[in-house]
Amino acid sequence: MQKSLKKYFPIFALPTLAAFLVAFFIPFLMGIYLSFTSFRTVTDATWVGLDNYVRAFSNQDFLNASWFTIKFTIVSVVTINFLAFILALMLTKGIKGTNLFRTVFFMPNLIGGIVLGYIWQLIINGVLSNWGVDITYNASYGFWGLVILMNWQLIGYMMIIYIAGIQNIPTELVEAARMDGATKFQTLKSITIPMVMPSVTICMFLTLTNSFKLFDQNLALTAGAPGRQTAMLALDIYNTFYGRVGWQGVGQAKAVIFFVVVAVISLTQLVLTRRKEVEQ
Amino acid sequence: MSTAKAKKTDIREASEVSKGSGIIMTAILAILAILFLTPIFIIFMNSFKSRLFISNVPFQLPNSETFVGLTNYLDGAVKTGFFQAFGWSTFITVLSVAFIVLLTAMTAWYLTRIKTIWTSALYYLFVFSMIVPFQMVMFTMSKMANMLNLDNPVGIIVIYIGFGAGLSVFMFCGFVKSIPLEIEEAAVLDGCGPIQAFFRVVFPMLKPTAITVAILNAMWIWNDYLLPYLILGTERKTIPVAIQYLRGGYGSIDMGAMMAMLVLAIVPIIIFYLSCQKYIIKGVAAGAVKG
Repeated sequence: MQKSLKKYFPIFALPTLAAFLVAFFIPFLMGIYLSFTSFRTVTDATWVGLDNYVRAFSNQDFLNASWFTIKFTIVSVVTINFLAFILALMLTKGIKGTNLFRTVFFMPNLIGGIVLGYIWQLIINGVLSNWGVDITYNASYGFWGLVILMNWQLIGYMMIIYIAGIQNIPTELVEAARMDGATKFQTLKSITIPMVMPSVTICMFLTLTNSFKLFDQNLALTAGAPGRQTAMLALDIYNTFYGRVGWQGVGQAKAVIFFVVVAVISLTQLVLTRRKEVEQ
Repeated sequence: MSTAKAKKTDIREASEVSKGSGIIMTAILAILAILFLTPIFIIFMNSFKSRLFISNVPFQLPNSETFVGLTNYLDGAVKTGFFQAFGWSTFITVLSVAFIVLLTAMTAWYLTRIKTIWTSALYYLFVFSMIVPFQMVMFTMSKMANMLNLDNPVGIIVIYIGFGAGLSVFMFCGFVKSIPLEIEEAAVLDGCGPIQAFFRVVFPMLKPTAITVAILNAMWIWNDYLLPYLILGTERKTIPVAIQYLRGGYGSIDMGAMMAMLVLAIVPIIIFYLSCQKYIIKGVAAGAVKG
């Protein structure tokens, strides 16, 4: 079997591999190379060493976007996970209408980022119009608008994962705790929360990477306005590439920095997950 | 998690909640559910109002002065070419998902069954691609697509296969590892070649994972904005590109058309969701656990 299958590489693996090389791998390697060059298309690259990286780190827009992204990510990760966990606790108590509630809370997750952005733009502008301003008036409006939007989109998704985690807790464990006279709060603190830690890890990871890499919602809701104060990293990289002639090299350098940060976050998460798996 | 266990959990916890707190919780959840649906309702309501009134009084129901019937829908559909956009989105999503499921399942089986240094290197390369943000390759990839004449609705499918490969190969490999080798060996003894063995024996067994892979990729490709915008431009728009197109350059947005197009973009998603809800929720949960 092994031997006969081996010859079938061109049929089984080559089509995927070819698409993968064209769409991802070659552009990835070219991207790393181009971040050390000055270019406008891709064929006119001249080597400039670390110049692009120096310009990226001294670019005020990039520093603003980094700070905005970090603040946004922290606030969203905390609020989304907190609210999703509470909803999951309520929806595992066997009350009436559980399925209907689950359906409703999950639904916004399927709507695309561009559509979500314009939905919330209308609503937030509608509320702010009472004070005669709109979302582009102040960067903190855009910030909280994005946080609300992200909560609306992701709470249902994380809730589903927490529900699966809570339902996986062995019934005997909770029964035993109750026999020993544990209060509801003690059960929650000493049994439910430690037992759903794997779900917490997954949800933390998903909210963290989704918030950090956010682009569509950001573009539709504020597009960075006022000025570029509410542009997150992904949008700032896009603006650098397509908004400023002669800055493509800097855009690519920013993208490499962005990639390294995302990779470090993902790998840290992977190591932490592995460690937890060993402990269990 | 087995269903029997889940049921047991529900019964146990039903007895845990007293009737009074059950009612309070149901009430809280009902209010939250209404809050969750309000944004969609507001968009729906505004899609029937004249564009001049949408920004001023977004939270008022349409009345005889503001109601314009289907004008916004007609205007918006003409301005954005919405129905063509719907066609392109469907074409690109359906074909990309079909090819991703078929090709990555084949690749995953090959990579799992043939153990060489090259196949494991390839496997890790696919896994690695999952953590690379799109901005890293966006510029070079769109130039590459340009050079290879892939900047059309058929070529973009190749790009989606390449980008979808990471997660899909990873998920299929996880499942293939759990299939006992004996089943395939029996098929070979019966005279099947590798291609027949795959399509007759292996692929049917992969069905649960195939559904998950299909749902995750369909959700992503249907809603994707930046990749089709960079590859296809605004000449052949997908739905997200058509909606962003309404914002235009510096002019103000036609809010009436925008509301109507948002409704048209949401309706197919909700229909799809309500008709295969079971698979979607299961698929998303399974995808999260593995990803």
